Amino acid sequence: MALKAAMAVTGAILVLFLIAHMYGNLMIFGGPQTFDTYSAHLRELGEPMLPYEGFLWIMRVVLLASVLVHAYAAVTLWMRARRARPAGQRYHTKKSVQRSYASYTMRWGGVVVVLFVIYHILHLTTNDIAPGGASASPYERVVNGFQIWWVVLSYVIALAAVGFHLRHGIWSAVATLGGNRAGRQRSLNIIATGLSLVVTIGFLIPPFAVLLGLVK
Amino acid sequence: MNITLRVWRQKSRDDEGRMVTYQVEDVSPDMSFLEMLDVLNEKLTLDGHEPVAFDHDCREGICGACGVVINGVAHGPETTTTCQLHMRSFKDGDVIDVEPWRAKAFPVIKDLVVDRGAFDRIIQAGGYISAPTGTAPDAHAMPVPKADADRAFDAATCIGCGACVAACPNASGMLFTAAKVTHLGMLPQGQPERAARVVKMVNQHDEEDFGGCTNIGECAAVCPKGIPLDTISQLNRDLLGSLASGNPK
Amino acid sequence: MTELYIEGAPIKDEKAPEGPIEQRWDKRRFSAKLVNPANRRKLSVIIVGTGLAGASAAATLGEAGYQVTSFCYQDSPRRAHSIAAQGGINAAKNYRNDGDSIYRLFYDTVKGGDFRSRESNVYRLAQVSVEIIDQCVAQGVPFAREYGGLLDNRSFGGVQVSRTFYARGQTGQQLLIGAYQALERQIAAGTVRMHTRHEMLELIVVDGRARGVIVRDMVSGEIETHFADAVVLASGGYGNVFFLSTNAMGCNVTATWRAHRKGALFANPCYTQIHPTCIPVSGDYQSKLTLMSESLRNDGRIWVPKEAGDDRDPRQIPEEERDYYLERIYPSFGNLVPRDIASRAAKNVCDEGRGVGPGGLGVYLDFADAIKRMGLPAVEAKYGNLFDMYQRITGENPYEVPMRIYPAVHYTMGGLWVDYDLQSTIPGLFVTGEANFSDHGANRLGASALMQGLADGYFVLPNTINDYLASGPFESLDENTPEAKEAADAVRARIDKLLSVNGNRTVDSFHKELGHIMWDYCGMERSEEGLRKAIERIRELRDEFWQNVKVTGTNEELNQALEKAGRVADFFELAELMCIDALHRRESCGGHFRAESQTEDGEALRHDDEFAYVAAWEFTGTGEQPVLHKENLEYEYVEMKQRSYK
Repeated sequence: MALKAAMAVTGAILVLFLIAHMYGNLMIFGGPQTFDTYSAHLRELGEPMLPYEGFLWIMRVVLLASVLVHAYAAVTLWMRARRARPAGQRYHTKKSVQRSYASYTMRWGGVVVVLFVIYHILHLTTNDIAPGGASASPYERVVNGFQIWWVVLSYVIALAAVGFHLRHGIWSAVATLGGNRAGRQRSLNIIATGLSLVVTIGFLIPPFAVLLGLVK
Repeated sequence: MNITLRVWRQKSRDDEGRMVTYQVEDVSPDMSFLEMLDVLNEKLTLDGHEPVAFDHDCREGICGACGVVINGVAHGPETTTTCQLHMRSFKDGDVIDVEPWRAKAFPVIKDLVVDRGAFDRIIQAGGYISAPTGTAPDAHAMPVPKADADRAFDAATCIGCGACVAACPNASGMLFTAAKVTHLGMLPQGQPERAARVVKMVNQHDEEDFGGCTNIGECAAVCPKGIPLDTISQLNRDLLGSLASGNPK
Repeated sequence: MTELYIEGAPIKDEKAPEGPIEQRWDKRRFSAKLVNPANRRKLSVIIVGTGLAGASAAATLGEAGYQVTSFCYQDSPRRAHSIAAQGGINAAKNYRNDGDSIYRLFYDTVKGGDFRSRESNVYRLAQVSVEIIDQCVAQGVPFAREYGGLLDNRSFGGVQVSRTFYARGQTGQQLLIGAYQALERQIAAGTVRMHTRHEMLELIVVDGRARGVIVRDMVSGEIETHFADAVVLASGGYGNVFFLSTNAMGCNVTATWRAHRKGALFANPCYTQIHPTCIPVSGDYQSKLTLMSESLRNDGRIWVPKEAGDDRDPRQIPEEERDYYLERIYPSFGNLVPRDIASRAAKNVCDEGRGVGPGGLGVYLDFADAIKRMGLPAVEAKYGNLFDMYQRITGENPYEVPMRIYPAVHYTMGGLWVDYDLQSTIPGLFVTGEANFSDHGANRLGASALMQGLADGYFVLPNTINDYLASGPFESLDENTPEAKEAADAVRARIDKLLSVNGNRTVDSFHKELGHIMWDYCGMERSEEGLRKAIERIRELRDEFWQNVKVTGTNEELNQALEKAGRVADFFELAELMCIDALHRRESCGGHFRAESQTEDGEALRHDDEFAYVAAWEFTGTGEQPVLHKENLEYEYVEMKQRSYK
């Protein structure tokens, strides 16, 4: 019963993280100095109350826990839905009346997002995948990677998945937490669409800036 | 007009079932969908075949007995009950697929007839106000603000047909459950049991093997009584409040 | 006529207390024996039907601690046909301070029933009406309210006070859901055992007492025997004998008819209420008729073309070629004459060939003037939902083209005879709601059906059945009890017979033909000649049915054709009794209009000297002469008058 609330709350944490992450990414336009300082600052945040990288690890733990809870709840609900209409009791013809494409792609879209996050961490955090060359400077990692068209393309696809996931996810989290009230449904949906567009576009600006040579 | 029907035939609960094709000729556009099935059944009977079983009773859109999935949409192309759908919504030569509500919680009994007893059990779990006969104070003892009364009424118009479950990609019965929670929760008479009611009803809903709600909204879109989707959010508010204030899961 | 029935000994309601009318219910409650709460759980009650009268009784008796077993043929008790009542429920609350009182509701109901109901019963109904509203509000029934938070009322059915409580156009639904929830609460508590998709097919009478029922599980086909210390029938009315009516498709007379065959007297079967504002028949495939609220007559004008056979578009027919016949014949009441007068007038103009629409069975209900006078938005606000319903069913836009309406069978005032305790002539068999005959006389007022159903179930039966149960529990029985075995065998034999005929006609084709006979000869206007013809044709058709009906499938499955066949078989027998009753009552009263008994102006003419009685019929065998027992009606409080609406 609390599964859906857990899903909504962890989803909300992840959305807040994404917004912060996107904001940080935009620092790339400040040049190598600014970007690398921001990156280093993330590790020093909270010192001396916290050890070096202390805040970052707290955040990583919270994020990982959120992802795990989110995924666990999602899989449980997915299985419940499958049980609720088991094989042999499916429709021969089924049409949707109003459902959004976003709601349709929630589950497999979520899987795509998870795979992307792993790829993304290996790419820009640990740098184990380093198309265009590895570097100790986060700024250079970004620039090296996104000069290659297919790297940008892979991020475009992944961020589209993220965008759709957010579009339904934000709306659904609000509804699950009891925030949908008479007359408010339309505006909630507009806000969810707007926010997911902002996040998707915000994340896509730096890769395209690199690809188009605006950031070198 | 002439119509080709592909109808789900299933002899009993344990039978596998299949789609069977029938031709129905001379269909009048003024016939209701169920009257068109009556015509088919008369013909099947005279030909010595078993007529198609389907639930129906009042045929004026209020009892909630009828309901089939027509071309993939619960109650068909108009937002109303199957008995209030008329053949003028179709064209000569159309092929129409007719299937029962499909959900584990609604097992097929025969052809298009399903067992919706799960809904009654959700009501048994707490969908009432405990007011034994004879214990009531004067009806005017407790005024109810009109806005609350109207909202309670909107939720109370649910006819328990099950279209919400049939349409939901998760086969969730949350709109039905939420309608009752909202109806009773909006009224002052419903307050003493409000916190416990929502928990008990949602627990029963889950035990009946309905799926969970993921706020897709297909339920409200097919609801013949137009129960709005935010009713489910109202249930969620009550549920979280109730769990937070220590009501047992 | 005596060849059709035999007159037997008069009958009297022994339970009604004497004395001032306002004290009688108190007196009866005091004189009725009580059952100690500890003993209640040893006593069992079977209740058939879960509409307002059945669900409320089951919930209330369950709360009291009796062991209740409840049956309904629907898949859920919530779907009983009480759910379809639109208008409202009367109660003498006098919340409007407009001069209403228990006495006025009593008076209006006796007069509305055309002086063919019992004063004691009606007075009790009016008394109890007040408690019903309190009970329903406490259960969470969302009645319409005003901005101040108090309950709204409206005036209904031509009465001069506002005493009708309503929940938009879905009052029946909301009241039934309230009773259903109370019932489900008792099911959860274990005091009521509910059997859905079960149909009662026989009554078990042992040593002269009703002791149980034979039911068929409509899913498995199993024939089950259930025993109890008392049996309550709350199985509704029999309007479906006409095939087309506003009743639900499954409504039937089987439960009450089976009880009638076992000795319960059937009272006033000919009293049928025909509602003037229904959507007309559009073709012979039509399966049911839909009522539209009578409130439409407040602003709509009813007319037909002056010339027979004028099939022009109604908008092309000029004003001077229209006949606003109600306004012409009844200048003071106009379009607002009572239901039966409006219905009969529509039939008359259609008989003259001036009817409109398919088959010439319809009259126009025109809102063009109302739209001109009030403006489109005002009409929309007041009648929008009704117009939408009309448009959905007919595909015509009533804002542009006048609506077509025609009368349809709506309610049956007759039913099993019961005494003041709601007990039939079989001890231990109680009958509530539309299934009994008790409170409406020859005609029911608008918004009174819901009142009676709930009065019986919540307040009357639970205070009278104890008088009978106090002498229980009775001897315990099992399936080998000869009477039970015999009843179960009879049910099986009948089912086997229906399945084995294997003729050439479907059940529906018989039902439709029976409906036509009844509508033509025992409908809005009845005559000696027509009724005799009807009886003859019903008998022929019944014989043909048993030789030529085709029921496919087996008993051991969900078999809707078999269910219908059993019900139609009982309708045949009932139809004959209705015609005999209508034939013997050579007067017009309420929902019974005899062509031979009318005033010079064509108004219903009662003959109080001869017919101020309840006609209670005893069954003697299929096609045999029934025995008529008369219960005299005496009026101490209300003076008998002929009504006039000129």
